[in-house]
Amino acid sequence: MGKSKNLFSQPKVPDRLGHFGPYGGRYVAETLMPALTELEKAYSEARRDPAFRKEFHEYLRQYVGRETPLYFAERLSQKLGGAKVYLKREDLCHTGAHKINNTIGQILLARRMAKNRIIAETGAGQHGVATATVAARFGMECEIFMGKEDVARQSLNVFRMKLLGGRVRVVESGSKTLKDAMNEALRDWVTHVRNTYYLIGSVAGPHPYPMMVRDFQSVIGREARRQIIKQEGKLPDYLVACVGGGSNSMGLFYPFVKDEKVRMVGVEAAGRGLRTGKHAASVLGGEVGVLHGSKSYILQDRGGQIRQTHSIAAGLDYPGVGPELSYLKDRGRVDFSSATDREAMKAIQFLAEVEGIIPALESAHAIAAVMELAPRLAKHQTIVMNLSGRGDKDMATVGDYLGVKV
Amino acid sequence: MSRLQEKFAELKKRGEAALIPFVTAGDPDLKTTLKIMRALEAGGADCIELGIPFSDPTADGPTIQRASERALKNRITLAQILRMLRQFRSGSETPVILFGYFNPFLQHGLENFCRQAARVGADGVLCVDLPPEESAELKHWTDFEGMDLIFLLSPTSGADRVKLVARTGRGFIYYVSVTGVTGARRSLEDQLRQRVAAVQHLTSLPVGVGFGISTPQQAAWIAEFADAAVIGSALVETIERANGSSAKAQAANDFVSKIKRAMKKSSSNARI
Repeated sequence: MGKSKNLFSQPKVPDRLGHFGPYGGRYVAETLMPALTELEKAYSEARRDPAFRKEFHEYLRQYVGRETPLYFAERLSQKLGGAKVYLKREDLCHTGAHKINNTIGQILLARRMAKNRIIAETGAGQHGVATATVAARFGMECEIFMGKEDVARQSLNVFRMKLLGGRVRVVESGSKTLKDAMNEALRDWVTHVRNTYYLIGSVAGPHPYPMMVRDFQSVIGREARRQIIKQEGKLPDYLVACVGGGSNSMGLFYPFVKDEKVRMVGVEAAGRGLRTGKHAASVLGGEVGVLHGSKSYILQDRGGQIRQTHSIAAGLDYPGVGPELSYLKDRGRVDFSSATDREAMKAIQFLAEVEGIIPALESAHAIAAVMELAPRLAKHQTIVMNLSGRGDKDMATVGDYLGVKV
Repeated sequence: MSRLQEKFAELKKRGEAALIPFVTAGDPDLKTTLKIMRALEAGGADCIELGIPFSDPTADGPTIQRASERALKNRITLAQILRMLRQFRSGSETPVILFGYFNPFLQHGLENFCRQAARVGADGVLCVDLPPEESAELKHWTDFEGMDLIFLLSPTSGADRVKLVARTGRGFIYYVSVTGVTGARRSLEDQLRQRVAAVQHLTSLPVGVGFGISTPQQAAWIAEFADAAVIGSALVETIERANGSSAKAQAANDFVSKIKRAMKKSSSNARI
């Protein structure tokens, strides 16, 4: 500290109360304030504890299967005819997506805090599965809140959660998707706060969640940074990741934030098109507001009521975005683009055909952006894209879309 | 002194606790809400909490969620609610608190909102999802307009938070009787009396109790030791069950007058 080594270093975010510039913070009912303070204290002790870090990394290695490969997608790159595209293979994690990096971290924290009941919200079901998985592994009671609409379109994941011993609570209020699942989880937490640990799956929610989830997920970016330097001898020109709440994008971006030459692109869900209003692009189509405990870009009407969203990818179908992404957007550090349902569908088919990899519908939005970006770049340039999850869970949705009964 | 502070002072002299009913604005329309507010006043309400509907009411149970949904179905706006309040205020001196979630206030613009709310006769503002830590800007404008910004405390709040709320809040402190969301409950926690006493020990502000209170007996018990009882879901349910705006207003009037009677008896007994 004292004399700053780097005059251009960014202010430390978040601040003590969880603010990323004007974003973030803690906008919650009083009942939860002491619980958040307790959580923040437990987390800041844990992150400094070498034994905790060691255990976290040990589970990531042995149980999750890290590190995940940084795969050079040679045929994809050739077909696109521009930059070299590398895929960070989070789809190869145990349970099939990056979500488990964070659930491992938080379940270790819950155990440390002697909380035996775990609750979580889920959209696509990947976070629900990842939570039920670690709850099973650590012998804890687990309830997952999931919107009725998502239960219908992600029935495979619902079954997985049940098989893992989780209880799935079907949420029938509001739009019956991820935002309503989060409402209901918050209501449960406020009621059972003394013995319950709320395991949030995205870089959203009140402080310390956005910071904590980012930290646990940033293993993705740390590995990718090391791997690309090893494979290419230099940093990438672009990072690309899909953005719903933003956990996989923050996980990839965060270790590169200070590398000003590395451009970062967050890809939002444009649903049926940004102009139709039927989308989930909170940054591109939203305004600053407060939802689920933090201030950020959200999709809302002029009266401040939260708007209904639409995306074919349940994991992106959310009207908010993590506060740190809003902060990085305003600072010009992260650029945002979007992909429609249709573009994501094309991207799934394309990646399946040229690389033999079926991505999740969420990750397919990032592929769609890469398909636009790569041809515009030179052959010596590189893109690292976060392939955040695998597509098995989406086969019924994709089949429906293509008119094939699965 | 604000209308709200005057009301508490006046009740204290009489040895009475305040009855503060909650009603969701625009459930099912604003005309009905206006009628209900007048009926509540006639029935003995000392102050009215006017709920501002929000699409994602995370601190509310099913009853108030339904009321908000009914109101939002008619695309009700904060501006319309404030116009209705002006009508109410033209014939009444009963203090009114705007009770809601932060985002609709924020979108209205906090300065604008406070100026307009004060102008139509709102006396206080309470945001369920705005703890003192995030309240600086809103507090600036409520202070500027002479309105009371009210904060909540709950059974999980330690002494440090009680002091923080006592320091930041004005008007009164809203003590949440249970850990949980709004909604009628069959029984209240036994330690409530001691918990409220512990808060009263650390503040000179009046302390009102809310969440879970539904019967005259419960309200009477609260009146023995607290400065106010807030009744929300049980009243909203009563209004929900009655058909038509006149019947709803009548039901609201009957409901609060019964509760007020029970509270008067109890507080005069307890405080003599």
